[in-house]
Amino acid sequence: MTRKITWIIGFFALMLVLAACSSDDSTDTTQAPAGGTETTVAADAGGSGGGSGELVIESWRNDDLAIWEDVIIPAFNTEFPDIKVTFAPTAPAEYNASLQAKLEGGTAGDLITCRPFDASLDLYDAGYLSDITTLSGMENFSSVAQSAWITDDGTQKFCVPMASVIHGFIYNADAFTEVGVEVPTTEDEFYATLDAIKADGTYAPLAMGTVDQWESATMGFQNIGPNYWAGETGRIGLIEGTEKFTDQQYVDTFATLAKWGEYMPDGYEAIAYPDSQALFTLGGAAIYPAGSWEIGLFNEQAEFAMGAFLPPVKTAGDTCYISDHTDIALGMNAATGNSEAAQTFLTWVASADFASLYANSLPGFFSLSSHSVTMDDPLAQEFLSWRDQCESTIRNSYQILSRGEPNLENELWATSASVINGTLTPEDATVVLQTGLEQWYEPQQGG
Amino acid sequence: MTAKSTNNDVVKGTSAKRRKFPRHVIVFLGPALLVYTVFMVYPLLDSLRLSLFSDEGAFVGLANFAELLPGGSLSSSFWNALGNNLVFFAFHLLIQNPVGLFLAVLLTQQLLKRGRGTYRTLIFAPTVLSVVIVGFIWQLILSPLWGVVSTPLLGLTSTALPTLSMMSVWQFVGIPMMFFYAVLVGIPEDLIEAARVDGASGWKIFWKIIFPLLLPMLGIISIITYIANLNAFDLIYSVQGALAGPEFSTDIMGTLFYRSFFGFQLQSGSTAMGATVATAMFIVILIGVLIYLFAWARRVESYEL
Repeated sequence: MTRKITWIIGFFALMLVLAACSSDDSTDTTQAPAGGTETTVAADAGGSGGGSGELVIESWRNDDLAIWEDVIIPAFNTEFPDIKVTFAPTAPAEYNASLQAKLEGGTAGDLITCRPFDASLDLYDAGYLSDITTLSGMENFSSVAQSAWITDDGTQKFCVPMASVIHGFIYNADAFTEVGVEVPTTEDEFYATLDAIKADGTYAPLAMGTVDQWESATMGFQNIGPNYWAGETGRIGLIEGTEKFTDQQYVDTFATLAKWGEYMPDGYEAIAYPDSQALFTLGGAAIYPAGSWEIGLFNEQAEFAMGAFLPPVKTAGDTCYISDHTDIALGMNAATGNSEAAQTFLTWVASADFASLYANSLPGFFSLSSHSVTMDDPLAQEFLSWRDQCESTIRNSYQILSRGEPNLENELWATSASVINGTLTPEDATVVLQTGLEQWYEPQQGG
Repeated sequence: MTAKSTNNDVVKGTSAKRRKFPRHVIVFLGPALLVYTVFMVYPLLDSLRLSLFSDEGAFVGLANFAELLPGGSLSSSFWNALGNNLVFFAFHLLIQNPVGLFLAVLLTQQLLKRGRGTYRTLIFAPTVLSVVIVGFIWQLILSPLWGVVSTPLLGLTSTALPTLSMMSVWQFVGIPMMFFYAVLVGIPEDLIEAARVDGASGWKIFWKIIFPLLLPMLGIISIITYIANLNAFDLIYSVQGALAGPEFSTDIMGTLFYRSFFGFQLQSGSTAMGATVATAMFIVILIGVLIYLFAWARRVESYEL
């Protein structure tokens, strides 16, 4: 009897192991074409005036579904009534994996929303995206705008840049008046303002937490950093190997970041992203280290006047640098059966009409084209106006530098959060980043 | 003994005469076996195969596994994850099971006779909740902004993993409780009464009579806990995200697998390394199960009552 039970138990235990383990792996089988968005290509022969037929757009922006269906596609159709466009988004976290599976299975849509840098470059290298270097309309974009969707040698372009997000600080204007502080422009003023708000005690000076890590890196390090490493100069310096993370400018960035902890709410080590958003929109905090994508939500939820200010410069009159990060673009599936219509759509996306339509429908996502766009939303307009005052750059970990293991972006998240938590010194943080990079990135090795 | 074996022979003899092979068994087993093979066995074997190839599809032997060993690119992450995983398991083994047993014993007490069903249901209820909901509720309860404690339990490297383990213990304590309860109610009253007549104290009755009867079940629960814990992923992912912060202090093999297989943010996924981590998980779990089978299950005496 004992033996029998032992074997039965053993059998079940083994089954459990099998079941448990294979459930991890089965994801890759079940991930395969979640189907649905079959490209129905009805390439009408002839197709004068920019083509006709149907186009399906793959995207991760499922939040924007209504705007595409109600505003953008109808606007496109007034000009090109023969092309039927369907916006078919997937959840952001699943987008990369499901798009990959659809492309491999040949069921992906005609137009592909492009993630910046390597995610899209990999698709282009694998032959899934068309080369659109010569597409009419591409001349409307600056080289910084195109930098995220271009081959490493800069010769081929594969996505039409759609939108960027700009970093800065959003503040509660009512709270500023109440406490009696001015909008800071230099770093000294910034900390004086934070001190005054802290002394007053009504508001948490900075609405941010470190548990999710990415805010520390994205809204912290990448937000204030460009002023230290002089924007593109520093970013390209790192890529070319002429600058190192252990250089003074990066230590200084972390040193400034290390001071943030004392201005953040108590227990900030466990405050998550939605918590800090809620804290700010409920009026509990004075300053929110932001990305412009917050504007839509904040306008909807906050009941006080808001303003925005630039990442503070060291001394008044210094050149200011902003992170104007290329975020979304649109490319063409190389296997599309309707490339004429797809190209028509892409050229339209590069037009001034689209730029204005998109930017105003989604305040906080700024058009990357060189058309001048006026925005109705004052907060968004404030962010946009910085492009004229300051030099633009993008996040320094995005191009090339996050290709290896250990992954630079992941390390930046962890080190930025630890520096704010006070568990890692600014010097040690830069050493972690530099050693990680030297492990695999040749231009940073040997010196 | 002799009588038994002759009896067996007789049974065998008659069954061999009546039918050679029970073909209808195929019909009963077929569908389940087919589904199981296609969706479980095949993917498992295929992922073992994938771990021997590079992302480009070239056969690399055990080179992927070398990355997990000291000196390899994933070594520090892997051993950190395995260590955290074992801590996670230790919390369950040392807290969830004793507490489950304690609750089960309480439930069998006479003085609880009236509310028994209610308590049982209440304690078991969290088990059926989605892990995402449990994670979210506890995140709010423990939030320094809106919650009941001001210490950032989930944000400190020293407390994050114990806190997450305790969340999981809270959720799943109902399972060992139910298992133990089922054994406890099956123990005949006569045994306990006899012991009492012999003058044994309550404490002695528990350790000398009830506990030995519980041992086989304790083994089963431990091995189930082990398998579930080493495969854990969902709670950590929903509360701390795939990067399992702070400073990877809550990173377990499940989250490491997720990052290596699917990639994360700018990190691109690798089928080969994902399969390698998954295979390593399988091996670690298999070792545990084998230890259980050979070192525990064979030695523990089961009593028939």
